[in-house]
Amino acid sequence: MKILVCISKTPDTTSKISFTDNNSKFNSDKVQFIINPYDEWYALVRAIEMKEQAGATVTIMNVGSADCDAIIRKALAIGGDDAVRIDAEPDDAFFVADQVAQFSKSEQYDIIMLGKETIDYNGSQVGGMIAGLLDIPFVSLASKMDIAGNIASLERDISGGRELLTVQTPFVISASKGMAEARIPNMRGIMAARTKPIKVLPPFPSEKLTSVKKYDLPKEKAGPRMINADQPEELVALLHNEAKVI
Amino acid sequence: MSVLVFVEASEGKFKKSAFEAATYGVKVGTLLGVETHALCIDEAAESELKSLGDYGISKVWYVNDSRLRNFDPLVYAKVITQAEAQTNADVLVLIQSYSGKAIAPVLAAKLRAGLVSGAIDLPVLEGNSFLVKKNVFSGKAFATYEMHSAKKIISLMSNSIAPEKKPIDATVAAFKPELEDSDFRVTVKEVVKASGTISLSDAEIVVSGGRGLKGPENWGMVEEMAGILGAATACSRPVADIHWRPHTEHVGQTGVAIRPNLYIAIGISGAIQHLAGVNGSKVMVVINKDPEAPFFKAADYGIVGDAFEVVPKLNEAFRKFKAGN
Ligand SMILES: Cc1cc2nc3c(=O)[nH]c(=O)nc-3n(C[C@H](O)[C@H](O)[C@H](O)COP(=O)(O)OP(=O)(O)OC[C@H]3O[C@@H](n4cnc5c(N)ncnc54)[C@H](O)[C@@H]3O)c2cc1C
Ligand SMILES: Nc1ncnc2c1ncn2[C@@H]1O[C@H](COP(=O)(O)O)[C@@H](O)[C@H]1O
Repeated sequence: MKILVCISKTPDTTSKISFTDNNSKFNSDKVQFIINPYDEWYALVRAIEMKEQAGATVTIMNVGSADCDAIIRKALAIGGDDAVRIDAEPDDAFFVADQVAQFSKSEQYDIIMLGKETIDYNGSQVGGMIAGLLDIPFVSLASKMDIAGNIASLERDISGGRELLTVQTPFVISASKGMAEARIPNMRGIMAARTKPIKVLPPFPSEKLTSVKKYDLPKEKAGPRMINADQPEELVALLHNEAKVI
Repeated sequence: MSVLVFVEASEGKFKKSAFEAATYGVKVGTLLGVETHALCIDEAAESELKSLGDYGISKVWYVNDSRLRNFDPLVYAKVITQAEAQTNADVLVLIQSYSGKAIAPVLAAKLRAGLVSGAIDLPVLEGNSFLVKKNVFSGKAFATYEMHSAKKIISLMSNSIAPEKKPIDATVAAFKPELEDSDFRVTVKEVVKASGTISLSDAEIVVSGGRGLKGPENWGMVEEMAGILGAATACSRPVADIHWRPHTEHVGQTGVAIRPNLYIAIGISGAIQHLAGVNGSKVMVVINKDPEAPFFKAADYGIVGDAFEVVPKLNEAFRKFKAGN
């Protein structure tokens, strides 16, 4: 079985967010970058577990510039076998999905795994776009996956509940919580990752359908209005008369 | 040209978010000077479908095909692209629900359309630019996207726009998609309906508890408050991790992201990863015994005190208020 795991680079969750160039660019100065948590904790770890249980090769895929090599190495240390980086700016979801789709056409992966969304642009786009471009099933927001032969059983969130389903490979999944437990790379994994190959490819011809024109930061709150613990009626009155939410 | 809105119903009734999407779509239609149509794949009676006219939708297409009772984003996207061709729609509007999140990107790929997911405001036309705003960095900033493609897809965050009446007499028409048996590649074994009466992502009020509540046996007062206010319940991540509450209630960066009108946080410290999932709330109330708890900085209203004393009193006050209103 061949599994492709797509990872992206995002600022660590505790990063201070600021912008440069007249609020048109993200300021990456002093920002620590990590593997997008959904990609690492859920998609990648589940892929590694499946490799351990049933045998599989796990290829790490990233669309990004050379500064993504650090997160790719970490993914290899956790247990990926090899990696491919498409050397391009990943600033439009369609462009990224088209790169992955064009690359994977010749490779015939059984499962393409992604995180449910990136925690920076919160798109939830790339997975569905890859499935649409390759015209293979998309199991979105999956929280469980088991496979026997070429039939996978999955659970996913849908509006109003959960769907339990089976699907034949090949397919695309976006992983959410419940899929696996996070793993910390061990020394052996880190050593082994040093010699695992990262193939760097030029981008496939494609197009970018969106771009960020500008960023804004939310207005600072003036600070909360404090209410005495003995006067809960005051809070109720404020929520009704001032905030108008009850 | 037209705008096409994809609306979801549950048990024959539109959700509030369907009216939000309709309102949004009609406003986009007005902006572009075109009609707005809606498409519904879920079961709903003709009178329910027609009610979208109250919000300015001129034509409601419904699909009655039992093979579509189970959700599959590729099949749904195929139906929507066919409806898009029939209505000659340039802009498609969906709700960023679990289902919308899955369909919108498939549609975008099929139509080679730009997609802004989780939009929080109406588009703005600036010269030739079509601009749409959304939250980024888990609620820590906003980004305004420019959409370059001829066809455009917007999936709207629920609770971002209030439904607005603009009554017209909507026509209701059947839409018959062309689907082959080979389109149905996913076998649905079972659908488990979400437990609880109010789903977290749709709730207008959410009452949430953290580790400060000391144990699962103390959630009675949280559920009581939710019951009085007609709210959904939520919790911080450690509370779900130690199994005091189900995982479906966990909000935050790694859990569900919510944008209710009112979020009441009880015994939650306000870690940045928690805030990431809740700071889209319109109004936040924080109850914590530690005056230095970071959550107070993000709050609109705060009470410093022991939850075990404050919450029962507050429940009493809510109950009195509800009785008098
Ligand atoms: C990568 C990552 C992702 C994460 N994702 C999430 C996420 O999605 N959601 C999430 O919630 N967390 C998440 N976390 C965890 C987060 O950092 C915090 O650890 C967590 O939110 C703390 O939960 P808490 O506020 O319930 O508990 P605590 O931090 O233990 O806070 C308990 C609070 O209760 C107060 N308290 C105690 N007793 C009382 C009382 N009697 N009355 C009133 N107040 C009282 C205390 O003063 C304290 O402020 C994540 C962490 C990481 C590293
Ligand atoms: N530049 C990228 N390279 C590889 N995979 C990516 C990239 N960006 C996003 N992804 C994958 O797509 C998922 C959804 O991303 P998004 O649509 O941006 O929210 C992520 O969780 C990743 O698994």
